[in-house]
Amino acid sequence: MSNLSIEQKMNVSLSINGREVEAEAEPRKLLSDFIREDLGLTGTHVGCEHGVCGSCTVLYNGAAVRSCLMFAVQANGSDIQTIEGLAKNGEQHVLQQSFTECHGLQCGFCTPGILMSSLEMLNSGEEPTKQEIKEMLSGHLCRCTGYTGIIAAIERACGIKKCKEGDN
Amino acid sequence: MKPATFTYCSPSTIEEAVKLLEEYGDTGKIIAGGQSFIPILNMRMSEPECLIDINQINELNGVRVEEGVLKIGALTKQRELEQSDAIKIHVPILSEATPYIGHVQTRNRGTVGGSVAHADPSAELPLCFLALDAEIVIQSIDGTRKISINDFFITYLTTEVMPEEILTEIHVPLSEHTGYAFEEFSRRHGDFALAAVACILSVDEIGKVDKVRLVLGGVDAIPLLAEEAMEYLAGKSITEETIERAVELAVKDADPDEDLHASKEYRVHMAKVLTRKALIKAYNRALGKEV
Ligand SMILES: Cc1cc2nc3c(=O)[nH]c(=O)nc-3n(C[C@@H](O)[C@H](O)[C@H](O)COP(=O)(O)OP(=O)(O)OC[C@H]3O[C@@H](n4cnc5c(N)ncnc54)[C@H](O)[C@@H]3O)c2cc1C
Ligand code: FES
Ligand code: FES
Repeated sequence: MSNLSIEQKMNVSLSINGREVEAEAEPRKLLSDFIREDLGLTGTHVGCEHGVCGSCTVLYNGAAVRSCLMFAVQANGSDIQTIEGLAKNGEQHVLQQSFTECHGLQCGFCTPGILMSSLEMLNSGEEPTKQEIKEMLSGHLCRCTGYTGIIAAIERACGIKKCKEGDN
Repeated sequence: MKPATFTYCSPSTIEEAVKLLEEYGDTGKIIAGGQSFIPILNMRMSEPECLIDINQINELNGVRVEEGVLKIGALTKQRELEQSDAIKIHVPILSEATPYIGHVQTRNRGTVGGSVAHADPSAELPLCFLALDAEIVIQSIDGTRKISINDFFITYLTTEVMPEEILTEIHVPLSEHTGYAFEEFSRRHGDFALAAVACILSVDEIGKVDKVRLVLGGVDAIPLLAEEAMEYLAGKSITEETIERAVELAVKDADPDEDLHASKEYRVHMAKVLTRKALIKAYNRALGKEV
């Protein structure tokens, strides 16, 4: 038997929105809680904690994943992006602009997660079809909008040439 | 919903992992993509003493072809399977079925081995690997063993993989089959299938069925190999009559559970509809007809 105490915290160091951070976490700490409670970034929302709603979606080494289905210790050494990293120098990211213009949100609870999945799509550099956008959105629950505005917003953002992340 | 406390280990070789599995026995659990297991932990349906995270074991990653066998590492991400050119060329049924697994956000983390080891009877990959007559490679401190997928699934969420063992690879024999089809019905895209069917089929030079493997999902505690239908179809032409007979034989042993998503009758009905569609599609593909 291992003598490791189960309460023992482990060191987690990762890059979040381009900033290097280091903190301690119990192994059972979900990445979503680590981001919200330990790093103070509450833009990542938590809805269901079993992978269904998509509100906790972040980019983990560039891939959209559920942060409620990962432990913080598993993210050690990784590159995480959350909604807080989207706007640059006070300017909204093209996705945020599109969501505003196309009425892609109402209460906004689902929005940070949807924006992170949309960012992965945008970063792939390939213009998605409406069907591909819908399939991607199947991983997100929105109880307000009826999705039409969300689809229009993503189409708009992905249609704007060279609007990859960072170019705004 | 937060998991109970556990000790976390992150071995970087299979050797280390099987030592930990031996040490912890029943109280240690492997975590791969975590897309099925972390919800279970969050809901405290399982409270293992130790989690053995296999994500750092690089040798478990990737897809390769060796001596006529396609070898898929257990840790290969479902997303990677979906996008792999080798898979598209050699076993296109997997490229066709993978997009049905959850959502892109869960496929980015979820692994091929995790899906097979988890053994949900309506999960896509177990159905496909059974249709493909795959072999499962399992390792423990005592060494490696291979088991045919025909003997792999025991019951709901239970397989031949013992607590002290790890599933390392899935071997798919590359055969000359040209017909394949995967059909599924679920209430919303990304939900678990209410019923699903995987079919692999080859024809002889006069267009009669040479070999066929037909698997039904969501209609029993394990993926159901429709052996009677397979035997019946071998050597026959595909006509409306033979298809109808095969469909009846295929659902003969189906015994789905009833739940809030669908009644028993409805699932069996869907299994029939999907079997019909799959047989026709696989047959047309085997004949080289566009579908
Ligand atoms: C919203 C949502 C929708 C989903 N929809 C579907 C769906 O439609 N179809 C579907 O098939 N799945 C679906 N899933 C589950 C799928 O995403 C999981 O990836 C898969 O079932 C398990 O793979 P994993 O790598 O995540 O394994 P984990 O969750 O890490 O592990 C699952 C089980 O397998 C064991 N295990 C894992 N790897 C090994 C190994 N190498 N050797 C021995 N044991 C091992 C673990 O101990 C655990 O008991 C869904 C999940 C979510 C969250
Ligand atoms: S909180 Fe993670 S998917 Fe719902
Ligand atoms: S805007 Fe309210 S849930 Fe989507």
